[in-house]
Amino acid sequence: MKRALGRVFSTEHRRLGVMYLLLALAAVAVGTTLSLLMRFHRVWPNAVLPYFGVMKPEDYLALVTMHGTLMIFFVLTTAPQSGFANLVLPEQIGAKGMAFPRINATAFWLTVAAFLVLISAAHITAGGAPISGWTSYPPLSALPAAGPGQGLGMDLWLVSIGIFCVAAWLSAVNMLATILGERRAGMTWGRLPMTVWAWLVASILTLLAFAVLLAAVVLLFSDRHFGSSFFIPMNDMINGRVVGHGDGSPLLWLHLFWFFGHPEVYIAVLPGMGLATSLFANFTRRRVAGYKMMAGMLVAIGLLGLAVWGHHMFVSGMNPYAGTAFAMVTMAIAVPSTVEVIGWLATLWGGGLRLQTPMLFALGFLSFFIVGGLSGPLLAEPALDAYLHNTFFVVAHFHLIMAMAGVFGVFAGVYYWFPLMTGRLMNEALGKVHFWVSLIAAYGTFLPMHFAGLAGEPRHYDRLAGPATNFAALIPVERGITYSALLLAAVQLVFLWNVFVSARRGRVAGENPWQSTTLEWANGTAPTRIEAGPYEYELPQGEGGFHPQWESAPKLE
Amino acid sequence: MPATFTRNPVDVERKDTGIGGKPPYDRRPTGGGGDGENWDNHPHGRRGPRELLIRYRLGVMFALSGDLMFFVALVSAFFVRQSAGHFDAYNNFTSDWRPLAVPPILWLNTAVLLLSSVTMEMARRQLFHEIDVMEEWLGLGRPAVKRAAPWLAATLVLGLTFLAGQWVAWEQLVRQGYLLSSPDPSSHFFYLITGIHGLHLLLGIAALIAALVGLFTLKKVEFRQIAVDSVSWYWHTMGLFWAFLFALLVFFQ
Repeated sequence: MKRALGRVFSTEHRRLGVMYLLLALAAVAVGTTLSLLMRFHRVWPNAVLPYFGVMKPEDYLALVTMHGTLMIFFVLTTAPQSGFANLVLPEQIGAKGMAFPRINATAFWLTVAAFLVLISAAHITAGGAPISGWTSYPPLSALPAAGPGQGLGMDLWLVSIGIFCVAAWLSAVNMLATILGERRAGMTWGRLPMTVWAWLVASILTLLAFAVLLAAVVLLFSDRHFGSSFFIPMNDMINGRVVGHGDGSPLLWLHLFWFFGHPEVYIAVLPGMGLATSLFANFTRRRVAGYKMMAGMLVAIGLLGLAVWGHHMFVSGMNPYAGTAFAMVTMAIAVPSTVEVIGWLATLWGGGLRLQTPMLFALGFLSFFIVGGLSGPLLAEPALDAYLHNTFFVVAHFHLIMAMAGVFGVFAGVYYWFPLMTGRLMNEALGKVHFWVSLIAAYGTFLPMHFAGLAGEPRHYDRLAGPATNFAALIPVERGITYSALLLAAVQLVFLWNVFVSARRGRVAGENPWQSTTLEWANGTAPTRIEAGPYEYELPQGEGGFHPQWESAPKLE
Repeated sequence: MPATFTRNPVDVERKDTGIGGKPPYDRRPTGGGGDGENWDNHPHGRRGPRELLIRYRLGVMFALSGDLMFFVALVSAFFVRQSAGHFDAYNNFTSDWRPLAVPPILWLNTAVLLLSSVTMEMARRQLFHEIDVMEEWLGLGRPAVKRAAPWLAATLVLGLTFLAGQWVAWEQLVRQGYLLSSPDPSSHFFYLITGIHGLHLLLGIAALIAALVGLFTLKKVEFRQIAVDSVSWYWHTMGLFWAFLFALLVFFQ
């Protein structure tokens, strides 16, 4: 019993990495189910669904809230960063372990607690889950009387996010101290694998952004319970009663939230970018084109990402000149992103691609990154955003570039590092089925949303044709999207089957099954001093074609 | 040109520098830990008493950066809220902000907190006094602890005094009619800012007590140094934050 407890509450980083990934798996399962319920309701609004019966509009909004919260916080912030970094970061930099193993473990268990509190917000409260979205704008989120689920459900949501903020802070402190202080001798900044650069930038963003979110959550909690009015405007009226007694400003919440919210989406996608770089090098057997530039662009994206939050607020009524400033910085951030893409393409171009499953998912990441990224500069223009804000165009944009790219990055990582977790390889045929069907179904789900958005279809409406709205012409599009979404969700079962069956009966992997150069595959043979670069491929055939980082200095060219 | 270019050791020329010349300088990149504290190129874990200290200082520094962002968010909310208002029935822009006169005891509390930073620094330096540290490391008693402990205790007393003074300030405000639940936003901010800072200081007090206990129970001198060093950086930072927050409450309403 004591040993079992010791194993569960372990501070060993690889075990924590796997536990983070399992937590993310639970969250994505719930989040996907919620999204399917949403899709069902949009196309068949009067259908009787399990658990809801006939869904009411507030139920739909509750689904929107929980789907967004679960996916962004508990899937995209945990799996790519905490999950994989705990799995391989110490090995990749030649460290013995994380700098603060117990703080690391504490952060994990706090994340679990936050998850449980969030789930309870939906189930144990009389009013149900909150309906104010993952962005929880006041006054809707600041006043319990403002809507169903905005009482105890909203409070529990705030508590959950508050706990998550503390967990993220601890995790970031641990990761930064590890990357800066625990590198092995010889592991210079120029020899770090790109994944480590990505985790470094993402950790800095985590440290800065989540602190601001925590402050915002505290202020919102104060508005709800201590009679303050940080966010509730004067003479605000809810249900015919004046509730606003102070000169609060909902715009203040928007500023605070999006100062967190924009770096958050970069935290979600940067680890995938680093992993894509690593995988492209690995599976083309070539060095990373412009390593320093690629690393520098990750840093540039992180830095600029702290300065663009206003592009979520173009139509909020803020000063239009501020909008111009934010628009310019947002357009500027397209530059390092494009440089990254060009770097990837340069690494890939003319290379003999080994199209194994991790590489396929990395290519899928690249595809989603480009397609999703192309709609970014469109939304960055305040003039265009005035029309497109809160339409399905925005939904298409962030689902392609953050959700699908991020998730494909997670898939790539799972397939790639599966041998490290289990000693076995996942099934290639099933992996290819998983990849192709997911790719096509994802595009089938999210590409049509661009057109729906351009046609003016708003977000957060629970039905398209009713007393208040008439987007009935878009129902066929929505039906197509729903079928694609169902297919997308269904093929994930293939992935789950692959994971759990391969873990027991998969083909036994060798020592370095992908013939990688990075240190996590060194299997304990790394020297006391690192002398090689992270991506020493392209060497003459006599040497096996590549020079792992755990061997002594490569020959001069 | 790859980012890595390690010279073959055979190729390094060794010129005869003659009398008074400098010895050959090893310019190879050494990675984390290979500079400063690792002049002998020892492997990880065997680089001496400062190795762990540097790791903990890194951790404390990053943690405090996050905390700084938290307070920055609160301060920016303060400024935004101050300038917020609405148009009344006569189309005048009015605000509900009434500057709050800070209870004068806060000046005394600030002096106490700054003094506690002085005593904290004295404690920290006593614990890093080279000769005493050597004696402790060799097992010849605990002279550094004997010197540092009273200063640490003094910091603890001053910290508790500060918190007591803050509580008195709160009572004074309540008696004047400014409660947390008053509609007055400057009142909200006063309680919020002093309350959150006070909470942080309470954690600091707990850390001080833990460090004080650790001075007598921790077996290695490195751990004792780390305990007091970490607490001291946290304590100084809380003092610095208070200086800014106090200036905010007094001069920027």
